[in-house]
Amino acid sequence: MEFLQTIPFDQLLIQTINGIVTGMILALVASGLTLIFGIMDVVNFAHGELFMLGAYFGVIVLGATGDFWLALVAASLIIALLGAAIYLTTLRPLLGRDPLTTLLSTFGVSLGLQNYALWQFGPVARKIAEPFTGHFSLFYLDYPWYRLVIALLSAAIIGALWLFLKFGTFGIWIRATTQDRVMAQAMGIPVPWVLTVVFAIGAGMAGASGVLFGPLVGVNPTMGLDWILKTLIVVVVGGMGNLAGSIAAAIFISLLEAYAALWVSPAQAVIVSFVVLILTLLFRPTGLFASSAK
Amino acid sequence: MTAQPHTDPLPASREREGPAGRVGEGRHAAIYWTGFSVILALLVIAPLVLPEFWRRFLTEILIWGLLAMSSDILIGYTGMVSFGHSAFFGLGMYGAAASLTSLEPPNLWLAMLFGLAAAAAVAGFVAYFSTRLRDIYFAITTLIFSQIFYVVIFTWTEVTGGENGLTFSRPPLALPGLFSVPFTSQTLHWFVVAVVTLSYLVLRRITQSPFGMVLQSIRENEPRTRAIGYPIERYKIVAVMLSGLFAGLAGVLYAVQNQFAAPDFVFFLVSGEAVIYNVIGGIGTLVGPIVGAAFFLLLREGLSRFFTEYYLIPVGVIFVAMVIFMPQGLLGFMRRWLNE
Amino acid sequence: MTRVPMQPLLAVEDIHTYYGKSHILHGVSMEVGNGEVVGLLGRNGVGKSTTLKAVAGLVHPSGGEVRFEGRPITRLPAHRVARLGIGYVPEERRIFRLLTVTENLRTGLDRRGVTTAKKKELLEKVYAYFPVLAERRSQAGGTLSGGEQQMLAIARAMMLEPKIILLDEPTEGLMPRMVSQIREIIEVLHREHVAVLLVEQNVPLTLEASQRIYILEKGVVRHHAPAVELQVDDAVIHQYLGV
Repeated sequence: MEFLQTIPFDQLLIQTINGIVTGMILALVASGLTLIFGIMDVVNFAHGELFMLGAYFGVIVLGATGDFWLALVAASLIIALLGAAIYLTTLRPLLGRDPLTTLLSTFGVSLGLQNYALWQFGPVARKIAEPFTGHFSLFYLDYPWYRLVIALLSAAIIGALWLFLKFGTFGIWIRATTQDRVMAQAMGIPVPWVLTVVFAIGAGMAGASGVLFGPLVGVNPTMGLDWILKTLIVVVVGGMGNLAGSIAAAIFISLLEAYAALWVSPAQAVIVSFVVLILTLLFRPTGLFASSAK
Repeated sequence: MTAQPHTDPLPASREREGPAGRVGEGRHAAIYWTGFSVILALLVIAPLVLPEFWRRFLTEILIWGLLAMSSDILIGYTGMVSFGHSAFFGLGMYGAAASLTSLEPPNLWLAMLFGLAAAAAVAGFVAYFSTRLRDIYFAITTLIFSQIFYVVIFTWTEVTGGENGLTFSRPPLALPGLFSVPFTSQTLHWFVVAVVTLSYLVLRRITQSPFGMVLQSIRENEPRTRAIGYPIERYKIVAVMLSGLFAGLAGVLYAVQNQFAAPDFVFFLVSGEAVIYNVIGGIGTLVGPIVGAAFFLLLREGLSRFFTEYYLIPVGVIFVAMVIFMPQGLLGFMRRWLNE
Repeated sequence: MTRVPMQPLLAVEDIHTYYGKSHILHGVSMEVGNGEVVGLLGRNGVGKSTTLKAVAGLVHPSGGEVRFEGRPITRLPAHRVARLGIGYVPEERRIFRLLTVTENLRTGLDRRGVTTAKKKELLEKVYAYFPVLAERRSQAGGTLSGGEQQMLAIARAMMLEPKIILLDEPTEGLMPRMVSQIREIIEVLHREHVAVLLVEQNVPLTLEASQRIYILEKGVVRHHAPAVELQVDDAVIHQYLGV
């Protein structure tokens, strides 16, 4: 296609990097969502709000201590605890019932959290300062180091999650519970505790993503809405409950959107992800990147 | 393993099964129609006694109630939770807007036609893609479709007015050749009451028809319904289109009432609200969603006076509590309470 | 048959269970003594599996009591029941297909209060009993054959160091060669003083392996006798099982 030649190579490369950076953060958020869905069949509508609140708590801790990394850790922990609380109060009572009730429940929670943020923090966007400034030259652009660091950090967190799941007792418990909750109980695995912890981990990851993403855009109460949408698309395209699939889908979709942004406005670039979803549902509804085993 | 038909050792319970609203035995029918007439009468008298604000409020309750009722066809009767109703509602609104901004003189019936056609088209589109999916995937897909339409409407500024939407004048209530009289707040209210009541009766008739029975059997046990030989997908598609039509009708009414169309109404949160009305009022009852809408909107109005800001937080909390403790909704709860 | 003088290891007292509106168990009572092998026979659908599930805590009876070592465990969540020392091997085995053999065993092994040395000892013991599992220890459970999965399911339950193992139709779908292996495994368990509550369709196996037999029909215990008695007089067997 000759129109590809009209795009300067450097723009393409920059968008590739942008796509990967956003993709990694999206992967972090999506991992949490898909982990939660895999183990307890819950689609956590409030996940976007956990992301948003993570960003806000990041702002608060940063304001109080001036230390970005402390803010990252603190916000993640706070959101993880919030996640556990949400699970215990609004999801555990619904465990035996139709999974659609959990959809409704988390939807109600998301409504409450969104408005809580609006109430506490106001509609004006806040900013999280980057932990370090500094750019390197990428063609004609001064590309901020920070963006690369986010991508690496997200990858590191996901990697840590993977290691945690693969080795270690708790990881075995999580995987066993995901595969067969009843037998896990029969083997003495404290399933109620495992479910709570997994929800907390998923929430914590969303919170961390919020802090990491904060410096890239403003922090405002509605940012969760965009992200829950993107995250849902990623998780469906990647295969619900499929961790590796979600990560691959996140990067894939972000790259496509980044490239699309070369031609259309960012607001319209999201249509790319919608199209990918529709195509996935038409041709490979279990997920583009799903393997045959879960 | 051979399936043995087992006799139910419990004595036949006096609890009648079947969809709520399905009455037809003697005494119950009499009570039902009496109640119906009373409420209808109240709705008709209302604009004559209520101050303007509350008049409009009541009209809005009916319109949102219609939207929620349309989604009850899917949630309550077919067992498919849809987050796509904002698309149907919004397209009904924009369809009407299109007719009212482009045609001179503005014609009410054409507006309805355009609105319903737009909603039906969208419903068909959404139905085609999403009905083959089950449960959660269906919900997510319909949600994303709402957003697709939202983005398209939001960004296609030349046609849809983008972020600002479209404004237009209210068409008169007219029968071509016979009369044309502009709406007053009162006559508009009566018009809405008429449309909503008619819609309710039509939907009620449909849910009690053989078609409606099949839908409910899909909700109860889809694999068995399929095994019996019903083409499930086709029934689901029709259900979605039916639902979409009435949602679109609500959109048209909204456009006529408020004289503007905005992309906010296509955003998936509006679908979410419709679902909330359903759950609060009681799914599978048709009337429940209207009650739910009334409850929710009144609650919101009341709480907004106390909390002034961010009254949605207690609303959210109440909603979650109802999902957990009162899943059968207000109507279901009342029915239990009355039966005891 | 010796009468058990002290309280039985496991006592099921008049339990009733429901599945929706269906009344499955209509007051089932039975006992298992320390180290005993007790067989539970009956046609399909009479409630044998449900009885095991009720003991394991996977189904909560709406009436009656289950006692383990004298203490009531009826309302305990299943994971606590398992930790008390009740192992459960379900119909269809239900090993964790995506976990390796070792990881499957670890689900029972990784408990509080078990030292690393003890874990190693238990693993080695089970690998000695089941060399085939040792060979396949890094393979995913789903890749094992039916017989191997059955062994894994039993080995996994043994990792809990249970005082009693609930075995639900262990020979179902297995080749005759494997069936005799199951017989040996039950023997091993008996030697190790692990009690067994065995649900089976294979009547001869059950009569050989058990000390006592309960026969269930339509959710109640209809007959209870020492196994030797039933081996001699099989009229009862014919009556309730039609074999």
